[in-house]
Amino acid sequence: MADKNEKDLDRDLVGDGIHSIQKVIQPHKAYSRPVIKYILIGVSVLFLAVMLGIPLIVVAVNALSDGWAAYKEAVLDEYTVKALLLTLLATVSAVAVNTVFGVFAAYLLSKFYFKGRQILATLIDIPFSISPVIAGLVFILTFGNIGWMGDFLKAHDIKIVFAVPGVILATIFVTFPFVFRELFPVLNAQGKDEEEAAALMGAGGFTIFRRITFPHIRWALLYGVILCTARAMGEFGAVSVISGHLRGKTNTLPLHVEILYNEFNTTAAFAVSSILVILAVLILIARNIVEWKRK
Amino acid sequence: MYVEMRHITKTFDGFQASRDVSFGIEKGFLAALLGPSGSGKTTILRMIAGLDRPDEGDILIDGTRVNDLPGSKRGIGFVFQNYALFRYMTVADNIAFGLEVQKKSKSEIKSRVDELLELIAMKDLGKRYPHQLSGGQRQRVAFARALAPDPQLLLLDEPFAAIDAKVRRELRTWLREMIERVGVTSIFVTHDQEEAMEVADLVILTNQGRIEQIGSPREICLQPQTDFVRDFIDAKRFEALMDIV
Amino acid sequence: MTGVFMEQHIVKVKNKKGVRVIPGFGLSMGVTLAMLGCLVLIPLASIFLSASRLGFGEFIGVVTSRQVVSGYVVSLSCAFLAALVNAVFGIVLAWVLVRYEFPGKRLMDGMIELPFALPTAVAGIALTYLYSDQGWIGSLFAKVGIKIAYTRIGITIAMVFVGIPFVVRAVQPVLEKLDRQYEEAAMMLGANKPYTFFRVILPELFPALLAGFGLAFARGIGEYGSVVFIAGNIPYKTQIAPLLIMTKLEQYKYADATAIALVLLLISFLLMFLINSIQIYMQRFSKA
Repeated sequence: MADKNEKDLDRDLVGDGIHSIQKVIQPHKAYSRPVIKYILIGVSVLFLAVMLGIPLIVVAVNALSDGWAAYKEAVLDEYTVKALLLTLLATVSAVAVNTVFGVFAAYLLSKFYFKGRQILATLIDIPFSISPVIAGLVFILTFGNIGWMGDFLKAHDIKIVFAVPGVILATIFVTFPFVFRELFPVLNAQGKDEEEAAALMGAGGFTIFRRITFPHIRWALLYGVILCTARAMGEFGAVSVISGHLRGKTNTLPLHVEILYNEFNTTAAFAVSSILVILAVLILIARNIVEWKRK
Repeated sequence: MYVEMRHITKTFDGFQASRDVSFGIEKGFLAALLGPSGSGKTTILRMIAGLDRPDEGDILIDGTRVNDLPGSKRGIGFVFQNYALFRYMTVADNIAFGLEVQKKSKSEIKSRVDELLELIAMKDLGKRYPHQLSGGQRQRVAFARALAPDPQLLLLDEPFAAIDAKVRRELRTWLREMIERVGVTSIFVTHDQEEAMEVADLVILTNQGRIEQIGSPREICLQPQTDFVRDFIDAKRFEALMDIV
Repeated sequence: MTGVFMEQHIVKVKNKKGVRVIPGFGLSMGVTLAMLGCLVLIPLASIFLSASRLGFGEFIGVVTSRQVVSGYVVSLSCAFLAALVNAVFGIVLAWVLVRYEFPGKRLMDGMIELPFALPTAVAGIALTYLYSDQGWIGSLFAKVGIKIAYTRIGITIAMVFVGIPFVVRAVQPVLEKLDRQYEEAAMMLGANKPYTFFRVILPELFPALLAGFGLAFARGIGEYGSVVFIAGNIPYKTQIAPLLIMTKLEQYKYADATAIALVLLLISFLLMFLINSIQIYMQRFSKA
């Protein structure tokens, strides 16, 4: 660089600057310093590998540690299949309920002005900041034997706590705001001019929603459904409190994993876990595809 | 020549922002880089500042080639288009930033900050935060912050773009006076020909990454050298101005 | 994700409060309130109802017992430490994902949500296995005499696991939108990169970082599934508060469980309130 420099410059322009050129020519470190970049990338990769990557490998290795046959047996076990079915039922219910709620609530809060909007938005968020164990507890305190609805339910022979409805309710509770949270910012950013224009032209509520609002939230809705599915499928604490761990009846897949693990049936526990890992990875892939499409 | 660009070429992702740009500015001059948007004027400014590097050519400041010198070592003050004031620092802390970085003593920093606050007539506003200031005040703070480390060259990127039309004219005069008082060589970028004609000693007219003409506002108006300059400059508007000059 | 973001949005819609021309207000309001009430608010009210049946002395007695206090201490201290770790690594990860280009970046970005998608129980047993004395990582530390599983270190690690996405996803979008002019301004004034980062960039990221920290902290306090296995449930040492609630429930001590839960609930609400307040304060600066 220095050679080229001296050749190219007229003497008079350089003036007495020959010394300063030499002083100046060393490129500053900050100008071309990939060291920090590689350190930071290295730290990130290491952190993610230790925290996220290796646990997944642990599941895979342990699930297959007793061979393929043992794996198949654990996965196709009657109780595993029943647990899977209950998990699917709870997940589908939670997604359905929370989608309906999310659409109505997001529409309400983004298209209308009324007193108490802020409070309503805060209330919807509550399940986010609550321990899942407490989420389970509130249903025991409501519908359980000691709950204020306990006597009524007993009189009509309805079982919620330690039964399938309880599992579903708890799952709905912990995933309650998920769809709403994805829809609300999108609808809010869109404003309400289009809806107002359509309403002034005489369109009805359903037509407005279907033709105008819905196209805006398609991807956000799908995104919210995916997040809701992930959380509902994996819910453990809340369901653990309320299910009563009745094998084959109120056991979801995560609870089944716990039971197997506590029975020191480690291989089976990891084998069942691997089903959940596969589902989780599929959800992550779906999430990334949807996010990519949205952009 | 205090600042000199020699055969500068710069390409961004296939877009030629500068094509063989050469010009010089004498010490103490206030120069305007004027041109339509996309003409490459901001790129030139950023290359002088060391925020972008030219692909080819040399940049000289005070006779020294500075291509490989980081912007912070070039003795340059830079006023950004949106001022880029640090939101979480007070006006005084913003101005002091460049001095703190140099590890100047507390008392030295304080006296310099006070001096600059007085210069920009904001003596009592040192404890304010940027969000508590008007647009014009923000510009003055940005100006003071750039001047704090005592630069030999002041660069301003569209200094009046973020200010509403009413106060713009006022600020123009103010800035012109300030620069004269401080006596720092300055270059500012603008797309507004009136601004360039009224404020600058020297106008560098750019178009499509090339320099169309360099000259005093008078020369640009009265002796346009290319068709582009003739079309771009609305000479009639400045007749009155040219008579004064 | 906290209430403050909502507040910003809501102010925007306020302007046209005049006539309501869009149909569907009554229906949406009805459905929203009915579902929220039946599925969240009424069950939640039960906890306050049953707590009110407890005498005040009884309530204080439960929540100040040695075991319960130690449960709170373990939960809060580990969650706080984990949130701090997440704040540091969260910023590094967000920085790497926003500012650098490298092979595998998309994969890394996609992986961030893994703790969110992976059922907590699965994470719990995998982490326990990994960090136990015989585990791949735990055995390395066991050699130098450090036990991870069944100690508070293990609890903290599990909480770090569940908290990562919160910080990264809070900071990432803000960093993406951050105007480079701030950095360029600092650089022109002679600041080096670390100085610029700590004096100029970090304050810009702080509100988002705080939100992420708060969410990770809250999540850590309440977390059960991923922590319960690695905690080992040793009284006074590694018993977390949510686990205490569970234990009381298994002993049919509903009143005790309610009391413990109520305090935990109040801590969560207080935390969210605190973080929201700081964020509202910080928002004043963003007008510039």
